[in-house]
Amino acid sequence: MSKVGVFVCHCGRNIAHTVDIKKVLETIKDYEDVVHVEDNMYMCSEPGQAVIKEAIKKHDLDRVVVAACSKDMHEDTFRIVTKEAGLNQYLTEMANIREQCSWVHEDKKESTEKAIKIIGSTIERVKRNQALEPYHIPVTRKALVIGGGIAGIQAALDIADAGYQVTLVEKDSTIGGKMAQLAETFPTLDCSQCILTPKMVAVGRHPNIRLLTNSEVENVDGYVGSFKVKIKKKPRYVIEEKCTICDDCVHVCPVIVHDEYNAGLSPRKAIYIAFPQAVPATYIIDPNTCLGIDPLICAKCKEVCDPKAIDFDMHPEILDEEFGAIVVATGFSAYPYEEIGEYGYGNIHNVISGLEFERLLSANGPTQGVIRRPSDGSIPKTVVFIHCAGSRDPAKHLPYCSKICCMYATKHALQYKHLVHDGVALNFYIDVRTAGKDYEEFYKRATEEESVIYVRGKVSEVIQDGEKLLIRGVNTLTSESIELHADMVVLATGLLPSKGTQEISSILKLSCDSKGFVKEAHPKLKPVETAISGVFVAGTASGPKDIPETVAQASGAAAKAQIILSSDFLERDPVIAEIDDLTCGICHTCIHVCPYGAISYDEGQNKVLVNEALCEGCGSCAAACPSGSIELRNSTYESISASIKALLKA
Amino acid sequence: MKKINLAIALGATCAGCDVAILDLNEKILEVFDLVEFKFWPTAMDFKLDDLEKLKDKEVDVGIYHGAIRTTEDVKIAKILRQKSKVVVAFGACANFGGIPSLANMPYEQNMFDLVYKDVPSMDNPENTVPLTSVKIDDVELTLPGILENADALEEIIDVDYFVPGCPPMVPLIEQVIEVLKVFAKKGELPPKGAVIAGTKTLCDECGRTKPEKISFKEFISPQEVEEMDPDLCLLPQGIICLGPATRAGCDGLCTKMNVGCRGCLGPTDKVKDHGLKMISAITSLLEVDEEEEMTEEQLDKIVEKIPDPLGTFYRFTYGKSLIYKLHSEEKVI
Repeated sequence: MSKVGVFVCHCGRNIAHTVDIKKVLETIKDYEDVVHVEDNMYMCSEPGQAVIKEAIKKHDLDRVVVAACSKDMHEDTFRIVTKEAGLNQYLTEMANIREQCSWVHEDKKESTEKAIKIIGSTIERVKRNQALEPYHIPVTRKALVIGGGIAGIQAALDIADAGYQVTLVEKDSTIGGKMAQLAETFPTLDCSQCILTPKMVAVGRHPNIRLLTNSEVENVDGYVGSFKVKIKKKPRYVIEEKCTICDDCVHVCPVIVHDEYNAGLSPRKAIYIAFPQAVPATYIIDPNTCLGIDPLICAKCKEVCDPKAIDFDMHPEILDEEFGAIVVATGFSAYPYEEIGEYGYGNIHNVISGLEFERLLSANGPTQGVIRRPSDGSIPKTVVFIHCAGSRDPAKHLPYCSKICCMYATKHALQYKHLVHDGVALNFYIDVRTAGKDYEEFYKRATEEESVIYVRGKVSEVIQDGEKLLIRGVNTLTSESIELHADMVVLATGLLPSKGTQEISSILKLSCDSKGFVKEAHPKLKPVETAISGVFVAGTASGPKDIPETVAQASGAAAKAQIILSSDFLERDPVIAEIDDLTCGICHTCIHVCPYGAISYDEGQNKVLVNEALCEGCGSCAAACPSGSIELRNSTYESISASIKALLKA
Repeated sequence: MKKINLAIALGATCAGCDVAILDLNEKILEVFDLVEFKFWPTAMDFKLDDLEKLKDKEVDVGIYHGAIRTTEDVKIAKILRQKSKVVVAFGACANFGGIPSLANMPYEQNMFDLVYKDVPSMDNPENTVPLTSVKIDDVELTLPGILENADALEEIIDVDYFVPGCPPMVPLIEQVIEVLKVFAKKGELPPKGAVIAGTKTLCDECGRTKPEKISFKEFISPQEVEEMDPDLCLLPQGIICLGPATRAGCDGLCTKMNVGCRGCLGPTDKVKDHGLKMISAITSLLEVDEEEEMTEEQLDKIVEKIPDPLGTFYRFTYGKSLIYKLHSEEKVI
């Protein structure tokens, strides 16, 4: 015999205007095992909670039903209330008579009947609930940050500054990411490198940060609190501690390839350093282009290297590490310019990408900050900037707005005008989106003070016309077609998730949106959390964003990671799946169905096991289990069928 | 040792269950040492009168195989219950309704019309259908009436033990003999309601290897498989196998022959609706990784490859299924 207390919430008029609360109370009080019924205007309010607490004590209740809103809203609230009143929190259930009843019906009589049924069904369910205790799982108090761009750098620094150990993994030879390639940043025009490199240096020097560049995360097992991570450290072929960055090796290296840092606009050797401020400050040999990792073929660099820093015998190392929390900051890649065939990128020399233009603007770029045409090195007098190149075009390209392109194209035009005073900068736009602090002012400055021309319209094609480029388009404000000649075209393309973002989301089993960006646990309220507990996301890995937002997210993700690292143990909900070995035939169906990888087969015990730290209690396995051997705690077959029975009762 | 009085009665059956008992080969001699046959019309010259004439509870163990299809089956089952101390439901038909219960599926057509007139292979120009009574020269000849549905034995009488299978395999019948031996020697019986077969599912004893994860993209028939892997689980090879949902006990008789389990041992103790559980498992496994990107039409196309879904998933257990109970308006829960 249970002693059930039922508490019915009016939710102001939300429930009460369609459900006759008085009738509900009168009916429910006569139900078997119900010893107390009570209503309140707002059960979730402090006085409402007090009502429940008092009643539990006064009537010695051993089961509680709160008939109010969705479990998503207030299950935690009422569990805590129950616990504070001295009753096990898993002996409380919520009956949803708002979203599933009052909000979707108009007829008061019928919705009252339905509310009574929902409550009756929940009473049957709660009577069968078992008292459960949360699990405690140990926490490895170390964080892994994946990706060494500005987001990863900021997250690593914040966690390390809070006193926790951080490993920062970056696949390139240096940290810095895309921000290190930018010339100046909008809207303040501070030099990107100048504000970034101090942070890079701080990472390199921080006693709590272990920096692994030229490394990749190969595999992640485990769960929040103890992720078991395999990191592949690729060989640099240069011993970091010995290299003095004297550049003797560079002079003798016979291999010349495109320099990725300068977006391919300048050459580099097979042994190189990405840029002078690279962290770690050491050379690296690119094994794909080096003539001889086999030293018999070339080895010129090794011959001239005084400190004997070059070692051709380095091999990939696999590091097995354990972490309590993971921050994914794997960034973006630009939309492939060559996909936009009508703009001729790749065929027409003087059609360049936004990133290439950044490098041309940079003082440490291939032209030392002078804008020159790739075709002949002349200074372009008319430059056309095409906004939304490949964006907001659901038919052919990206359907979405990448948020930053309007601003960076505006910045490009403005900087071009700073460098070429008599030049003409012309921006084709669909809408100019300047939603950010001081962004509108920046745009005004470009148009009003720097005479950058903005034309509302889309460029339909760019073709080579002698030395010049012929641009055809339409002015959508005047409906006139436009034909003009320019010396250079810069494409402001949108953002895609980087290859690294795609790889890491499959390794971590993160869910992604249709574009491949990592999905947040909640788009508004959990912007840096992912569906996997203990894995956080920051920056452009979860969608296009500018630097301030990226940095804010990185700090947010770092703070979230610190919550996990701040204690030796984590509490986990015990409402998880249980397997009955007596009937389980080990068919492996559950292993495949589990979205969290929480179920595994243990060969030694010849059993299928549920990992209580990974199981989220979704119930997919229980539904799929063909032998009926899996049940979710407090959602057993018996309890589900009892609640259905109560619902069907006339 | 006193011999056990045994009666083997039958209803709507193919008598394969009787043959299965004879399949014990030389082991059947042990049976003859152990039991005194009071009734076994298939094998010996018994009439229903012989059973009726016995005193109540004179039979120690009454075995019944076949479904309850006719008024005669009901009558026999009730007599057997009256005369037996314990009653054993033997075989898939007595346990779950078996193949005869597939006829319970609601058709627009009258069953007699379908079977005796409309089946393409039927040549019945006079439209003769079975009648319960017919007068020939003033003599009334009668046949038992057919019931609306074919049911499991449990629906008609109280059943003590269950031996599933179509027919129950020799190892299971040997288990039954062991039970009888203990009963003869010590008078002890298993707890009422016991199922004499495995508790786990077929996967436990099938012997084929499972990949760490099972998933498959399509259903194919065994004859469509270009090269069957004789050691790999059948499901990832695209062959429907009810093994994961079916009670163990047959030692993988079919799966060892590269044939998917058809489910004749029924579900485990935990499951009420055998077919439904298998459907939910199979649809959970199907293309689970790509499912989100697939359209309903694409998924339908795969599922359409299942020949006769009802017959595939409920071949032996339709008589116990929830859908049958729903359309027959019986109380489900």
